[in-house]
Amino acid sequence: MPDHLLPLGSPTAVSDQVGVAASPALEVQGVTKHFGDVVANEDVNFRIERGRVHALLGENGAGKSTLVNIIFGLYQADTGEVRRNGEVMNLTGPRDAIANQIGMVHQHFQLVPVLSVAENVVLGDEPTRHGVVDLDEAAAVVRRLSERFGLEIDPQALVEDLPIGIQQRVEILRALYREVDILILDEPTAVLTPQETSHLLEVLRGLADTGVAVVFITHKLREVIAVADEITVMRRGRVVGHTTPADTDESDLASMMVGRAVELRLKRTPASPGDQVLTVVDLVVNDDRRTRALNGINLDVRAGEVVGVAGVEGNGQRELVEAITGLRGVVSGSIILDGEEIAGRSPRQISTMGVAHIPEDREKFGLIGAHTVADNMVLNRYHHHPYSSHGIRRPGAVDDEAARLVEEFDVRPPNIAAMVATLSGGNKQKVVAAREFSHESKVMVAAQPTRGIDIGNIEFIHRRLIEYRDAGMAILLVSAELDEVLGVSDRVAVIYGGLIVSCEPAEGIDRDRVGHLMLSGADG
Amino acid sequence: MNALLIRSRWVILTVVVFVVITLFTAEFQQDQTTAVLASALRQSTPLVFGALCGVLCERSGVVNIGIEGQMLLSAFVGFMVASSTGSLLAGILAGMLTGALMGAGLAGLSVTLQGDQIIAGAVLNIAAFGISSYFFQQGLTLPSGKTPQVSFGPLADLPVVGRVFFINRPLTYLSLILIWVVWFVLFRTRWGLWTRSVGEVPSAAETVGISVARVRYTNLIAGGCLAGLGGAYLSLEAVGSFERMMTNGRGFVALAVMIFGRWNPIGIWGAALLFGYASAVQTQLQFRGWLADDPQFIGMIPYVVCIVVLAGFVGRARPPAAVGQPYSRE
Repeated sequence: MPDHLLPLGSPTAVSDQVGVAASPALEVQGVTKHFGDVVANEDVNFRIERGRVHALLGENGAGKSTLVNIIFGLYQADTGEVRRNGEVMNLTGPRDAIANQIGMVHQHFQLVPVLSVAENVVLGDEPTRHGVVDLDEAAAVVRRLSERFGLEIDPQALVEDLPIGIQQRVEILRALYREVDILILDEPTAVLTPQETSHLLEVLRGLADTGVAVVFITHKLREVIAVADEITVMRRGRVVGHTTPADTDESDLASMMVGRAVELRLKRTPASPGDQVLTVVDLVVNDDRRTRALNGINLDVRAGEVVGVAGVEGNGQRELVEAITGLRGVVSGSIILDGEEIAGRSPRQISTMGVAHIPEDREKFGLIGAHTVADNMVLNRYHHHPYSSHGIRRPGAVDDEAARLVEEFDVRPPNIAAMVATLSGGNKQKVVAAREFSHESKVMVAAQPTRGIDIGNIEFIHRRLIEYRDAGMAILLVSAELDEVLGVSDRVAVIYGGLIVSCEPAEGIDRDRVGHLMLSGADG
Repeated sequence: MNALLIRSRWVILTVVVFVVITLFTAEFQQDQTTAVLASALRQSTPLVFGALCGVLCERSGVVNIGIEGQMLLSAFVGFMVASSTGSLLAGILAGMLTGALMGAGLAGLSVTLQGDQIIAGAVLNIAAFGISSYFFQQGLTLPSGKTPQVSFGPLADLPVVGRVFFINRPLTYLSLILIWVVWFVLFRTRWGLWTRSVGEVPSAAETVGISVARVRYTNLIAGGCLAGLGGAYLSLEAVGSFERMMTNGRGFVALAVMIFGRWNPIGIWGAALLFGYASAVQTQLQFRGWLADDPQFIGMIPYVVCIVVLAGFVGRARPPAAVGQPYSRE
């Protein structure tokens, strides 16, 4: 382990008299971590100070999550060390991290849906009376914490009944219950509305003011500038920069993250919309639990425009997309494509009639991971000429088309025989996009088209959306990222409780008002 | 009052059907009614043990289809030990130990080695069938006889209820107590909260410092003890000897009981009583010589009930979310 030498004179222990300046709350020195042949972290150095909000910035796969998982004891570093108040910690699991007053709010919430809020908060460190878990005491503790930190919540509610933003409070309360000194949040704002985000940022600021060191992982530059005291940027497993909001701006940070200059604002011309291509009339659809998800939606998309659907997840977006693409039955209402009813038709019929679909969950609905890039490129047309004739596949034609698309959409590595499962998220999405855009469709339904892919590829997908719009395609964009909806769309529809509560031109739209509509369905 | 009647119409209907079937089966005689009900309780006991084993395993996220094998081998080992030492207690403890060791084996295969849990369970079953058949010797007896009857004085004199509940043998009483013990542990204690968390979202349990492996090992071993008691019940309390394949599918019916009981010990008791009751009715009908030319049709009754109930309920009951999935941190 000690192949990393401390600089001479660096403090190895801290006493109260020396104060905060002497040694940071936590210091990572020379940490390297491999997963097989992949280097996730390489010689990473990272300092966390008490009372500060520290943003850890980087693209997907830059090594941020690996780094914080090492700090939290979930992974063990291959080399290097983690020091807490100047002393080396040997973490073998989250239990040790908790004992060292390190708390973590995970990107994928680590909550038990069938248990109550109080049970989730105290889990692992329960108050007991004669061996029986004291749920009244647990609820009381949750109530005290939620008042003190302004995180309103019902301790008796089951976690599975709570919206995502409130579930996150449970995670934060769980850390606070353990009286953490260091709170790490992994992409905490990815699932929040703008209002919830600004509330969370206030809470984090308040926590830092009580002396907690807050580490905050994100790839959203706006938030970093707004709340961080310090910023560390990672790229490809290495720390590539350390700065403060005062010394930088969004485009600087973006370049640092990606390693080249990036267009943050999408360059686009005004749309010149044509005829109505897709019309949704009074559409009623049920969700998987057979309760109403859409309560009579009306929406139209014209040729040559992008209509963006903004909304907090779970307000009917998924059901809307699935109904239009034929993946979900319709209770009543109609979906009209160029004058023809498509509600009730099969997904293949709808696809053939001209509706392309970039699904929200590309792994599950967009791709067959165990098949090659070439096969995946023609999933929506393998049964047509020239890819098959008389029911027999023609691999040559498939390979030619795939090679063309791989080049056009810049899929890396450019190997049509590679298994799709081996590609990165961004390149998988390019395969889906290439297939769907090249099918000569009239309508593109793009659900969360840039979820989980990095800035460079986001830029690429956005440019493609605009290009195909200009070529006359009608595009319905559904996204949980408000910035994406506002940046790409010509018109913005807000969905709330299974209804479109507003639909207006994106030009000059008020971001805060849209946020408010997403949250409450009404103008504030 | 009217509304109450309407709301509980299914309960009332069910009770009426049960009473009619019971009285009919028992030819409207009190002693035969009592015999049918007492038999239902006796038949349900091994199912209770087996299903309690299942609930401990599945609540912690491990499918155990090896209950049949655990019960069979425990019945065998328990009988051999009791037969050679003359001590029933030693036999029962040996049965529990056998079940526990097989539970530990299942844990080793499915938790440590992260193998497929169904295959690991099948291994237990095949091993138990093979071992118990290979070493089985005809003609061994229990020098001490079966476990003795214990009656609760005046309670035992109550009509019907007294004979059904208060004149039984020790393991039957133990099963009735264990139902409540397992319920209490699962839903009131810290261990139970940990178990349920591990069975739902193991990674969540791990991040708050709970060792998933430890919880699963402990529950599988404790569950094994319960299955072992079920096996000991069969050879040392119900029959008094060992026969090849004497579990006769009860370990699998126990899984059905667990599902029908919605992974809750109290629900399990109700479900086990239903299946025990179906077996008791079947025995009684055969005893009365119904369809004597084709007794198979009467013998089918418990299994038909099992199929009907599962077909109706499996889809609706919600199993622990992480059941069947090996857990690893990275």
